[in-house]
Amino acid sequence: MDLYLILQVLWWALLGVLFVGLGTMVGMDMGVGTLLRFIGKTDLERRVMLNAIGPHWDGNQVWFILGGGAIFAAFPLIYATSFSGLYVVILLLLWSMIVRPLGFEYRSKIASPAWRNAWDWTLLLSGALPMIIFGAAMGNMLMGVPFQFEWNLRSVYTGSFIFLFNPFSVLAGLLSLSLSIYMGGVMMMGRAPAPISGRARTAASYAALAAIVLFAVLGVWVSMVNGYKIVSFPGAGVPQTPLQQTVELVPGGWLANYKSYPILWVIPLLGFAGLLLGWLSVRGNKHTLAWWLGALSWIGVIGTIGVAMFPFLMPSSSNPSQSLTLWNAISSETTLLWMTGWTVVFVPIIFWYTSWAFYVMRGKVDPKEVEADPHAY
Amino acid sequence: MIDTLVVDLSRWQFAATALYHFLFVPLTLGISFMIAAMETVYVTTGKTIYRDMTQFWGKLFLINFALGVATGLTMEFEFGTNWSFYSSFVGDIFGAPLAIEGLMAFFMESTFIGMMIFGWKRLSKGQHLLVTYLVAIGSNLSALWILVANGFMQDPQGAAFNPVTMRMELTDFGALIFSHDAQAKFVHTSIAGYVTAAVFVAGVSAWYMLRNRHLEIARRSFRMAALFGVLSTAGVITLGDALGFVGAHAQPTKLAAMEAMWQTEEAPAPFNIVAWPSQNEQRNVWSIQVPYVLTPLLTHTLTKVVPGVDQLEASAVERIKNGIPAVEALKALSKNPNDAAAMAQFRAHEKDLGYGFLVTRYAPDQDVSKATEADIARAAKDTIPQVSAIFWTFRIMVGLGLLMLAYFVYAAMLTISGKLEAPQNRWFLKLAPWMIPVPFIACEMGWLVAEIGRQPWTVFGVLPTWMSASSHSVGYMIFSLVGFVSLYSIFIAVEMYLMVKAIKQGPEEHGTPSTPASHKPQPSFGGGFAPNPAAPMSAHKE
Repeated sequence: MDLYLILQVLWWALLGVLFVGLGTMVGMDMGVGTLLRFIGKTDLERRVMLNAIGPHWDGNQVWFILGGGAIFAAFPLIYATSFSGLYVVILLLLWSMIVRPLGFEYRSKIASPAWRNAWDWTLLLSGALPMIIFGAAMGNMLMGVPFQFEWNLRSVYTGSFIFLFNPFSVLAGLLSLSLSIYMGGVMMMGRAPAPISGRARTAASYAALAAIVLFAVLGVWVSMVNGYKIVSFPGAGVPQTPLQQTVELVPGGWLANYKSYPILWVIPLLGFAGLLLGWLSVRGNKHTLAWWLGALSWIGVIGTIGVAMFPFLMPSSSNPSQSLTLWNAISSETTLLWMTGWTVVFVPIIFWYTSWAFYVMRGKVDPKEVEADPHAY
Repeated sequence: MIDTLVVDLSRWQFAATALYHFLFVPLTLGISFMIAAMETVYVTTGKTIYRDMTQFWGKLFLINFALGVATGLTMEFEFGTNWSFYSSFVGDIFGAPLAIEGLMAFFMESTFIGMMIFGWKRLSKGQHLLVTYLVAIGSNLSALWILVANGFMQDPQGAAFNPVTMRMELTDFGALIFSHDAQAKFVHTSIAGYVTAAVFVAGVSAWYMLRNRHLEIARRSFRMAALFGVLSTAGVITLGDALGFVGAHAQPTKLAAMEAMWQTEEAPAPFNIVAWPSQNEQRNVWSIQVPYVLTPLLTHTLTKVVPGVDQLEASAVERIKNGIPAVEALKALSKNPNDAAAMAQFRAHEKDLGYGFLVTRYAPDQDVSKATEADIARAAKDTIPQVSAIFWTFRIMVGLGLLMLAYFVYAAMLTISGKLEAPQNRWFLKLAPWMIPVPFIACEMGWLVAEIGRQPWTVFGVLPTWMSASSHSVGYMIFSLVGFVSLYSIFIAVEMYLMVKAIKQGPEEHGTPSTPASHKPQPSFGGGFAPNPAAPMSAHKE
């Protein structure tokens, strides 16, 4: 098979890995942020929660930064079109993300309750809002985004800002939020002492149930909307632009790949199974198992969307033929080859030292230590 | 057609957020290595005072680092949000170093910074030291990749335009990362960061010495900063010269602007020490010149001719005329990628495609085939950046660099001879805190020289700035500008407050003897590493 085609499909899969990394690692910290004021009742309890993710949030956040960089490098047209088209939403996402480092680093530097409350709410908002926006962005990709191109591939967005908050996308946002609350809750079950861990358990189990319901509702909804189908294009693995294809809308078209290859139904099932077993392990106080099952359900959810849309990445609702697909939005062979090389070398190293960091910081955070330690958050 | 106001507002927003981000980066780059050096002394000698030093400067480092990370996120986003045409046009090349930065540098820095803060009790001394070094190496590697990306904008190497995909594509990864501009700029910028950290540490330490507080830590920190400062200032100046040399070849227009050289002159040309350039009249209203110096300074020879603005503008006219058929061919190819005639026309003119784009802005209906001689002349005039802005920001940067060299040489002499705290040198201790803003200003000036000097291009000679922006409404731009200004104002207020608070609070000392003597004003000390009867080093041992 052609090398370029292999690299393209590989980077489609790596995009999925990136989203799963973002969901599990960033999502976990975001979930803790969202739960901060609900399961942390006193200032010390909140500090314990922050110190549990304290050694890791910065490293986890790199999944988000890497996500931006990798989409820029591997799918420049997606990066350019989505970031500029969804301008207001992306800025809200950005602003809620940039206040997080300050929330962590600055919150406990001053003892005043007003100061700490302000940062608590900042952390809460900057935990929940980005997760809703990530999910809503995914939802919008399924629904199609109103953009088109000029002759030189300048993208022009033709919709409004409010459009992005259509009901389907909001539900998708809530799905991603509940998955993050689940991951955060499970993390707190393992790293925070009672009574925080007990409240975290309750939150995680509700979040798992909510995610199951939302995932099912969204699945049924998707099966009833218009999907996109390529009618003609220069071919897979051939250098091309979105100006050279024809695409049509097909009712229920997002199920086409599942119909052609029924084995693919395993992926959505993985999502449901992960959540259901996750819920059971939360009930059974098996937090480590529950964390890994959460990661599995992220794989299921992201995979379900990816498979449904393949090869589409960002369909255009205003000019479907100019939709961005894996074939026309991807980088050149040389770039993909080099990026693959760097990924193959560095991803295992990253996994290795991230695991080491979690191993070093293992065990429950001791509130007494947090109070005594000048380096704590 | 994008509104020129939108382009201008996008430029202002990018400049504001980048300059703001660049307030935090240099200090991070330098202080992370200084902290690692302090911790090395702690681990090798076992003296707890060096652990206290590491932790104190580490605390200031973290307050600064948080904002560096936060504002860095903005930079990554802005390419896509505000410069979407740029992003899709060169993302194939420019995105790669950004992604590699994440993989190789930022993951490392961010993961280990968590261990650095929280690992004091859980890691062995050696492990913690390793972690501290990895943070420093990570942040510097991060700068390397960002400057590789920026190097591509300054001097596009290792890429070619592909008319089939209608964008620039990577052709030679090695040429991209080993671009002379990128390499020269990386060393110049990272070492400028070491200077910044040295001035900061010296300034804060001097402030303590003036107040007779934390003397043991202040003296040691000052001495370390002074030595670090001498070496790095000398390095930054030498490498700045190398960067100028590289830049002379890549961007003659920037160079002509830096030197306010309106007319091409016979070698060896005179050097303008100061001048009052007038962009409209294309001459210097007045100037003070040194004869013969410019040519050897820039070319390292006596005979090479340095082109002035007149010659550069004339060559731009030629290149624009040659680029127009390239743009026309590209339009035809966009409709029909198999148009062989259009492809042949494109190939014949492709090296000036960017210059063809340059005239689109002025051509009637944005149609380059309708461009008149006057349109072409206007576009050619655009290829000369704002001369007075570049001339002066460059001179301020160089002047401050020389000032810091003098400052550090004197500081090193004082601290080595042990006369730093002598009464006749109190003026120097008083001066030191006031020096803290100097390297920050110099760094910002350096950014301005580099980026204003590159105009009117985002990618030099390839893609004009005005084309690179996203098609937004003015309303969106005002929304985002107001958002950034409000958020960043709060950030800077909070950051300054916490920094000042942490400095006033001072280091926690576990290893310093709190003899009453050290709190009284004392006439003269031998500070730093030298044995000192007032504060015996043996007292610091665990």
